[in-house]
Amino acid sequence: MKCFKIEKLSVETNRNVILRDINLHIHNGEITALVGPNGAGKSTFFKALIGDIPYKGKFIYHNSLMPHRKPKIGYVPQKMEIDSSSPISVLDLLSASVTKIPVWVTHTKKVKLSVYKFLSIVKAEHLAEKRLGDLSGGELQRVLLALALNPLPDLLLLDEPFSAVDQTNLEGFYSLVENLVREYDFAAIIVSHDLFLAAKYARTMIFLNHSIQSVGTPEQVFADEKFCQTFPQGIRAEV
Amino acid sequence: MEWTQYLFMRNAFLAIILVTPIFALLGTMVVNNRMAFFSDSLGHSAFTGIALGVIMGLRDPLISMIAFAGIVSISFCIIKKLTRFSPDTIIGVFSATSIALGVVILSRGGGFSKYSSFLIGDILSITSLEIIALSFVLLAVLVYWFLFFNNLFLVSVNTVLAKSRGIKVLMTEIIFVLLIAVIVMVSIQWIGILVINALLILPAAAARNLAMNMQTYNLLAVTISLLAGIIGLILSYYWGTAAGATIVLCNATFFLASLLPELRPLLNTTRT
Repeated sequence: MKCFKIEKLSVETNRNVILRDINLHIHNGEITALVGPNGAGKSTFFKALIGDIPYKGKFIYHNSLMPHRKPKIGYVPQKMEIDSSSPISVLDLLSASVTKIPVWVTHTKKVKLSVYKFLSIVKAEHLAEKRLGDLSGGELQRVLLALALNPLPDLLLLDEPFSAVDQTNLEGFYSLVENLVREYDFAAIIVSHDLFLAAKYARTMIFLNHSIQSVGTPEQVFADEKFCQTFPQGIRAEV
Repeated sequence: MEWTQYLFMRNAFLAIILVTPIFALLGTMVVNNRMAFFSDSLGHSAFTGIALGVIMGLRDPLISMIAFAGIVSISFCIIKKLTRFSPDTIIGVFSATSIALGVVILSRGGGFSKYSSFLIGDILSITSLEIIALSFVLLAVLVYWFLFFNNLFLVSVNTVLAKSRGIKVLMTEIIFVLLIAVIVMVSIQWIGILVINALLILPAAAARNLAMNMQTYNLLAVTISLLAGIIGLILSYYWGTAAGATIVLCNATFFLASLLPELRPLLNTTRT
C-alpha cells in the first residue's frame, strides 16, 4: 500500500500567504487534477512538494513495503528557460538527468539505451537527436515526461503548459499518462488548464485558490458553488 | 617566425593556450544561463576590487579583486533566489555602483592614470610563474567541468526540474559564478576590464550558431576561442596593437562567420 499524505501545508512569503492549510491524500494508480485560477498557488504547491521552497506542515509518504525510503518525484515543468537557438539535444537533456558522465564528453551506450527506452514509452524515440528548440509543444511535453519517468517516480507532478499543445495531442497525452499511472502504479498530480480533459481522465479533482476550495470527484467539484463562481463558463473554460 | 624569438611572446602564447579554453568552457554556460550582463558587470567590479587593495595597502590588488568579485557573485545568486527583482536590475545597480566606487577611490588626488593599464591589459607582461598558476586554474576548471557539468546544465535548463532530481541548485550556481569571478579577476591584468567579457561570450555565441548538441557546442567554443586567441596574439605583434582587444576582434570575426549559415536562406529568398 502506497500513498501520499499532505498535512496542514502552508507557504508564506513575508508579504502574503500563498498556500494555507492544505490537507490532502494522493492515491497511487490514478490521476489527480489540480485546477484553479491564475495565481492560485498551483505551481507553488509543486515547488513545495519538490522542496524548492520552504513550507510549513507535513508531506508524508506511506510505503508499507519500504517504509523508510524517500519518495522519488518526477516533475514535468510548464516551461523551460531555453531559447530556440539552444544547442541542447533531447539526448543531452535526458542523459544529463540520469548520469554523472558529462554530456559534453560522451553518451555511453548504457545511458543511451536507458534514454531510448523511456523515449519509446512516450513514443518519442525519433526525437532523440533533435534540438529542444526544434520540438513542437506536444513533442517537448512528451520528452519532459520521458525525463520525469526515468527513474520511475513514486509521484509524478505535471505542470501542463498553456495552449502549447493542440487538442488532439493533449487528449493523447492525458491518455498516455493514465496508462502509465496504472501500468507502473504511481501517483500523478496534473495542473490542468483543460477542465474537460481533467474531468475525463482524473479520478480526483482539487480546486485550489490559495487554500483548498473543493476536493472530490470532478462531478462533485463542478457542482460546488465556489467553483461555479470562479468558472461561470463551466467545464469548457480554459483556466 | 619572427615573433617566436622573444620570451615575452612565447610566454604570452602559452598563456593564451591555457586561458582561452577556460573562457570558452565557462562561456558556454554563461550564454546558456543568459548571464552575459552579469559577467560583464563582474569585470567592472574589478575597479572596486583594485581600489580596496589600494586602501589596504596591498602591493598586488589581485587578492582584494578576487575577494570583492566573489562577494558580488555570491550576493547575486542569493538575491536572485530571494527577491522578485529582475536580475537585470540588480546587476545594473551592482555594476554602476562598483565602477563609481572604484573610480572615486582610485581618482583621489588625480591618480587614476596609474591604474589605466587595467582597462586595456597587457598579456606580454605575463611571467613564467603566472603561467604555472594558470595551468592549475585550467586544471581546476576541467575537473569541475567533468564532475559537475550535468548538474550545472540541468540547473540552466530549469531550476525546479534540477531540484526535483536532487541537485543542490544554489550551491551549483555559487560554485559556477565563483569560478568565473576567479578567472576573470586573474586575467584582467592581461586582457583588460573593457574587453574581458567578450572572451566569455563571443566563442560560445559563435559556437551556438553552429552546434546541434552540447558536445559540438563545447568543442566548437574551445576551438574558436583558441584560434581567435592565437591569431589575435600574432596579429597584435605585427600591428603593434593591444593583444586583448585584437583577440576580441578575431572572436567577433568568427561570430560573424558563424551567422553565415543562418543568413544563406535569407539571401536566397531575396535573390528569387
